[in-house]
Amino acid sequence: MQKTTPHRSSWNTRKIFQRFLQYFVLVTVLVAVFVPITILVFGALKTRGELMTSPYTVPMPPRWENIIAVLTSPSYTFWAMLRNSLMVMLATTTGVVVICSLAAFVFARMRFRMKGAIFQLFTLGLMFPITIAILPVYFVLRQLNPYVPLIDSLWGVIIVQIAFQLSGNILILRGFFTAIPTELQDAAYIDGCTAFDFFWRILLPLAKPALAAVAALTMIMSWNDLLVPLVIINSDKLWTLPLGTMQFQGQYGQDLALVSAFVAISALPTVIFYLIAERQIVSGLTAGAIKG
Amino acid sequence: MQSLPAIPNIFKQKPGDGAPHRFQENLMIFLFLLPALILFLLFVIFPIFSSIYYSFFNWKGFGPAVDYVGLDNYKNILNDKVFMIAVRNAFLLIALSLFVQLPLSMMLAVLVGRDLPGRVFFRTIFFLPYVLSEVIAALMWLFILNPDPNRGFVNAIIVFFGGDAQPWLGSTNLVLLAIFAALTWKYFGYHMLLFMTGLQNIPKEIEEAGVVDGANAFQNFFFITLPLLASTIRTSVYISVLGSIQQFIMVWIMTRGGPVNASETMATYMYRFGFVRFQLGYGSAVAIYMFLLCLIFSLIYLHLTRKPDPLSGIE
Repeated sequence: MQKTTPHRSSWNTRKIFQRFLQYFVLVTVLVAVFVPITILVFGALKTRGELMTSPYTVPMPPRWENIIAVLTSPSYTFWAMLRNSLMVMLATTTGVVVICSLAAFVFARMRFRMKGAIFQLFTLGLMFPITIAILPVYFVLRQLNPYVPLIDSLWGVIIVQIAFQLSGNILILRGFFTAIPTELQDAAYIDGCTAFDFFWRILLPLAKPALAAVAALTMIMSWNDLLVPLVIINSDKLWTLPLGTMQFQGQYGQDLALVSAFVAISALPTVIFYLIAERQIVSGLTAGAIKG
Repeated sequence: MQSLPAIPNIFKQKPGDGAPHRFQENLMIFLFLLPALILFLLFVIFPIFSSIYYSFFNWKGFGPAVDYVGLDNYKNILNDKVFMIAVRNAFLLIALSLFVQLPLSMMLAVLVGRDLPGRVFFRTIFFLPYVLSEVIAALMWLFILNPDPNRGFVNAIIVFFGGDAQPWLGSTNLVLLAIFAALTWKYFGYHMLLFMTGLQNIPKEIEEAGVVDGANAFQNFFFITLPLLASTIRTSVYISVLGSIQQFIMVWIMTRGGPVNASETMATYMYRFGFVRFQLGYGSAVAIYMFLLCLIFSLIYLHLTRKPDPLSGIE
């Protein structure tokens, strides 16, 4: 016992030193992550004059003028953008969850001809991300426009967003659905369930965490998307928040305090949502990456 | 579950009963796949072919495409110096991601480790930039990279320590590095998350066995942990490569591809020709080049992932 005591204490000092080093690096990175965010929030809570004279000090007392201006001025239409973004996000998420769980169920649990080939077709979508596809997709929307007006319409944004979320989310959900034991399905069939009953009454309730993960991921994707609205939407009435934020910066770029206020407010819903749904987002992302 | 009334059905079943049942099931498969298939074929698969078609035309988007130019668009793109800058930038971004961003994320994941008090807190904060939109991230970085030290925080720090203020986004030499810094800020948390998950999947016993056998921390990391992280590393590399090829929004907002095309990416190049100059045939050909590049990387990736993962045992 007496012999081990000094050895132990040296182990402890090493351990303490190691811990100190770990925290030192992590806190340094933490500060780096917070710098752009802090500068933005400071800017948002200062008047234009204060931002010119003392750009990096803590805004004491905080000035809410710019925030109020963004929220109340009829010419910035912040609330209209918020509503457009919300509508697109809800419709896209509903569409993705419904359509992907239907398809994923069929791929995970049913046997039919050409199953492998059709599934391969969907995985091809992973190699064709929206940034690359945006110009060709725009052609299709234009060709369809005389029949279904999708250009300069939120529906166009929704449909394109859904189409490009299919591959990844079908893959994620198929993984989750396959993991549900086959015995359960056999038992249900013996009890007289049809395949649809099994899907609707047993599988979906069991897969709730997976559906929540897919929904959370899709919400973030849709809410943050700039490219699709940028290409499809023309009228300022239909701007979503990211598109509106970009246009706002272009228009009022000289008034840094006002732009900071706008950007900070438009980031706030995402931050709140992230803090609430972090678990779902993280599990969806790691599942997606491992399967993909 | 109505289990009891259902049981008699099984006994009632006659040999011929399978057929209508089978039909019902096929109908269900068809109806379940239909919405996904329609959207996917119409908006993902069909556009690939229509853009191949248009890439052979000189087409401004008005009326039908009639001015057939064969492979001219493809040749002209390869002869355009600006496109070559975009390709070079894509490879530079890939290299920087693989040799700076990826090791950084992995190091942080290892630092946080399995049981560091506060690991969830650090993960939550480091992952926050990934969740913010690219517009917001780009604008934040636009603000702090302002060349005037009284407005841009980065230069304020440099001047405070006695250095010279740099023009960052205004300099052809620095612009790509500045954009890469912003991209790293936004995406390192995601890669760190992947590595944290990967590390968690390594059984603790394997690493402990290394320590018992007398391996020091370095040997333990390079000969035990790193090989077992192979599949996570591949995933991370794949995501970085695809992300670098299609980088658009951050660049477009921060520099519009400037100054003098120094930060042009293939996506900004395509956007400029397709949606600003309306040279749709030319833009389509750019899209096809990008698609081919992604396809090649994906095929290489698929080829590599066929190799069995040491942790999954037998494939």
